Amino acid sequence: MSSDRDAAIVGIHEYPSRDVEGEVSPLQIKAESAARALEDAGLNWSDVDAIYDAGDGGGMGGLNIAEYFGLKPNVIDTTNVGGSSYEFHAAHAKRDIAAGKAKVALLTYGSTAHSNARAIGVGGRGGPGMHPAENMDAFAGMTLIANYAMVARRHMHQYGTTSEQLAEISTATRYHAMRNPEAVKAMEDLEFLDIRETTISDVVNSRMIADPLHLLECCMISDGGGAVVIASPEVARDCRKPPVWILGGGEATKYPENGGDITTSAAAQSAPQAFGEAGVTPAEMDIAMVYDSFSITVLTLLEDLGFCKKGEGGSWVQGGKLRFDQSGGPALNTDGGGLSSNHPGMRGIFLLIEAARQLRGESTSQVADARLAVAHGNGGMLGSRHAAGTVILGRD
Amino acid sequence: MNDVKRPIPRSDEPDTAAFWEGTKQKEFRYQQCNSCNTVVFYSRRHCTGCTDGELQWKTSAGTGSVYTFSVVRQSYHPFFRNLVPYVVAWIDMDEGPRILSNVTGVAPEDVSVGQKVQVEWEEHETLNIPLFKPV
Ligand SMILES: [Zn+2]
Repeated sequence: MSSDRDAAIVGIHEYPSRDVEGEVSPLQIKAESAARALEDAGLNWSDVDAIYDAGDGGGMGGLNIAEYFGLKPNVIDTTNVGGSSYEFHAAHAKRDIAAGKAKVALLTYGSTAHSNARAIGVGGRGGPGMHPAENMDAFAGMTLIANYAMVARRHMHQYGTTSEQLAEISTATRYHAMRNPEAVKAMEDLEFLDIRETTISDVVNSRMIADPLHLLECCMISDGGGAVVIASPEVARDCRKPPVWILGGGEATKYPENGGDITTSAAAQSAPQAFGEAGVTPAEMDIAMVYDSFSITVLTLLEDLGFCKKGEGGSWVQGGKLRFDQSGGPALNTDGGGLSSNHPGMRGIFLLIEAARQLRGESTSQVADARLAVAHGNGGMLGSRHAAGTVILGRD
Repeated sequence: MNDVKRPIPRSDEPDTAAFWEGTKQKEFRYQQCNSCNTVVFYSRRHCTGCTDGELQWKTSAGTGSVYTFSVVRQSYHPFFRNLVPYVVAWIDMDEGPRILSNVTGVAPEDVSVGQKVQVEWEEHETLNIPLFKPV
């Protein structure tokens, strides 16, 4: 088993604009964010010897990204598992640094999904591709939202979960978003109609997009990006900000199986690995940065992460306990999440960034004396094939 | 606008071509291993349950039940935008295969989890599409 002080997040940056109006490219967002994150750490381009890239800049990411940055890394990891890529990257960086392969790892993300006007949620699937699963699914016209909605429908059927319970996820993240000036600006730039704290009834009375999911249970589609710098203990000691240690990581994948249970995600496999490696339990978490593409994503993941038993998530989240100023549960997505702050398509990097902010004491919804955080990314689609990356973070 | 068609599966996709070939005869085909009995669906060349089994083609009776569903009320897809509201569902066939499809011929409000359904072939030039209607 690896030590829990192998590697630490030492630099972070979240690209502030959610609407670049087509004037900045994903690659430029990645480079700008990388420079700011390195600056945050007190490091320079020349210190980076490992690159982790999900290919979001286009052009065979692993082959081109080092050239674009002007680096000569010894580790080039091109894991692309959608929105969970960055949790995989962070865990791999810890592993590579512990193995002595690298000292400073750079993770970057850039996307202009909003500017490109990609209707991620309701675009339907494209024509059949050459993957056999695609060739079976495309005729049915399942939108992305419907994919998740089918998890919610089954969860309701199996456990009695209600829309009012799911709405707790939306109201908690909006509560945090309203305290984050960048999230408020994002909602203004993306022309949200009514920018304020929401109630359970606001959520369940918003327009139905794909039963049983309502508009206010769906993430936004923004531009954006960010960067994370991860370093060895020796490097971390001399960085400008206190280290945020990567204590454990876990990864898994899940896909449709004949007779399978759609209400359990790959997190049920990745979480025990991560918590086990870190030697901590869900109940000890001050912060839960959990991929909120939709309300049901969070409810399912909270159960699978072990915060409560499978099927009990609905009643467990009730009463506003996921807000940063309430007790009884971890503070959820304190930046405002994908629901109300930032979702350019693959928001896994923002989970790491906000978790690091909390453990540094820099959040706009700061939990007093936050010591432990879990960041859980879900890539692909919850209701069919998806990947799960769980990372446990802690401060000194 | 009216000539925008439902996305039609490719007949040259190596693993699933045989399934789509069967739809020409309105047969819902699936595979089962003659060694370990694993039901394999979508179709493949290898058994996912063992390394030495041979997969046998079988034909489903065409009946099953709704495992879960959603009513799509908004789509920007050139075909499906004109179909809203429509029901997408994971259907559990009685023999084991789970397939993504649509439940048709019924108001979306009248679809439910566990509902018994049977295949209803939507005819196309090159093959037929397995949609489902309540029994
Ligand atoms: Zn077999």
